[in-house]
Amino acid sequence: MKRWLVPTLYIIFLMLPIYWLLAMSFKTTNEILGGFTLWPQQFTLENYKVIFNDPTWYWGYFNSMIYVTINTIISLAVALPAAYAFSRFRFTGDKHLFFWLLTNRMAPPAVFALPFLQLYSSVGLFDTHIAVALAHCLFNIPLAVWILEGFMSGVPKELDETAYVDGHSFGSFFFRIFVPTITSGIGVAAFFCFMFSWVELLLAKTLTAVDAKPIAAIMTKTASSSGYELGLLAAAGCLTIIPGAFVIYFVRNYIAKGFALGRV
Amino acid sequence: MTLELKNVTKRVGVEMHIHETSLALSPTGFNILLGATNAGKTTLIKMMAGLERPTSGEIWFKGQNVTGVSPQKRNISLVHQFFVNYPSMTVYDNIASPLKVAKIERAEIERRVGEAVELLRLTPYLKRRPSELSGGQQQRTALARAIVKDSGLVLLDEPLANLDYKLREELRDQLPGLFAGRGAIVVYATSEPSEALMLGGHTATVMAGRVTGFGETGTLYRQPRDVATAQVFSDPPINMARVLKSGNEVSIGETRFAARGAILNRPDGAYTLGIRPHFVTSAPRSPDAASISGIVQITELSGSESIAHFEMGGDVWVAQSPGVHAYDVGERHDFFVDTSGCLYFDSDGKLVL
Repeated sequence: MKRWLVPTLYIIFLMLPIYWLLAMSFKTTNEILGGFTLWPQQFTLENYKVIFNDPTWYWGYFNSMIYVTINTIISLAVALPAAYAFSRFRFTGDKHLFFWLLTNRMAPPAVFALPFLQLYSSVGLFDTHIAVALAHCLFNIPLAVWILEGFMSGVPKELDETAYVDGHSFGSFFFRIFVPTITSGIGVAAFFCFMFSWVELLLAKTLTAVDAKPIAAIMTKTASSSGYELGLLAAAGCLTIIPGAFVIYFVRNYIAKGFALGRV
Repeated sequence: MTLELKNVTKRVGVEMHIHETSLALSPTGFNILLGATNAGKTTLIKMMAGLERPTSGEIWFKGQNVTGVSPQKRNISLVHQFFVNYPSMTVYDNIASPLKVAKIERAEIERRVGEAVELLRLTPYLKRRPSELSGGQQQRTALARAIVKDSGLVLLDEPLANLDYKLREELRDQLPGLFAGRGAIVVYATSEPSEALMLGGHTATVMAGRVTGFGETGTLYRQPRDVATAQVFSDPPINMARVLKSGNEVSIGETRFAARGAILNRPDGAYTLGIRPHFVTSAPRSPDAASISGIVQITELSGSESIAHFEMGGDVWVAQSPGVHAYDVGERHDFFVDTSGCLYFDSDGKLVL
């Protein structure tokens, strides 16, 4: 038994679907449907050209990124003070409230699709980026509070006291000392907000029509037009993986810390 | 220029953390709060800092009532038992932080930080972050932050408790020098009587939320006002026994010895004898030492001293003898009490003076 055999098999199994997606994206639809080929026989960049030249395609990416970014910013901005309160103060019902926040994540997004659609239509938010961002907050804020509270509780209260004694006001302490101390927690929370919002399809699709339509929704639309454009879909899929891969690369060390703290 | 606690109490829920306490602390020498863990030292310090508000009573600093004034507005410094520094800042920024907040000029900040860093031998580490320092260096950084501020009140809450033996000794020798001549009131909490004696100054003994005694450290040690003070201010724990005084003699059970000092002027009757372990030895310290005996239960050897716990008349006594002695556990041994070290407490637990 060679030592490299098991890891190699593991990586092959792991990479196979991604390789297949990548290979398909460089094939023509005819070749994909024609039979089994391990690598593109007629290598083509046509699929990518379509995506980069058609605004309905590339705006799908922009739309997704816009509402994901808005969502992550709102979630963190709201979760930071909330998590601080939960980690530092004892108040009536704090534990119940903390648990209740989590229960928001127990309901499937589909439950909220209809009320959100009706609500946003009636206040004129339908088909806007902010609508999707706000809808995702329902799931991401509790998660961010939960993660950040874990990191904040790991910082001793003596740090706060030392800062006050040194003359820092609450604001100065919070932004200049406390936030930099828990950057890894913020990184982990941001990552999970990004991931949920990036892959969530149902709410994003329900709450948008044209102007804020996410890439995943555009991919489902293509499937129903003139037959299946499998090559095009594969190319779009490859491009969808890239942002997630980037984010994971940047926060990989923080996530290890988060796991060590038991909150992820 | 004093810090005064006037009838201060602290209650959390139904628990009294601090019973009515009055103290007046001065800038001459250290003011030591001596007491076991959970005695209330940290609560007292937090109230002095303004981090916790007394339930009742007032705190006066330099002739001003500062009760309820936030810590930011008090010009104080605080060093915790745990090494608390700002993890995201370098050592230099950590030490400069209170000065930057106070909007002091850059050149002045550099001068003061340089001075403090020199004193605490942190110069080579200025660019590092606290997590890259050893425990001793981290605590020195916290101390440097406390001294650059030139505050009127420096609160040190067991700053050496988490350091290992060698570092603790080194830093303890340095501490009085760091604060000498700054005119600040220094409050130092510790759980070790020996540390209080080494640092001198004044000591307040704290037990179960009460300040049992306050005075010049040496005096308080030699003449603890009451039983509680004597118990707090003794390590190993002070030996306590019921004794009977009649005429010029005192008796513990069968053992009789000559009474000395103030007890002679008191009426005959029952008293509590307190005697520190180093006055109870396996060889007589003085010709008139009283001889007692007991069954040895536990023995400890601490380099130059032998410690034996023995049972006598229902009480467990501790004898601390110089030199190395072999005791047989479970056997009866003779010990000698140096009667010059006897403290007598009356039925109210007050020292007979």
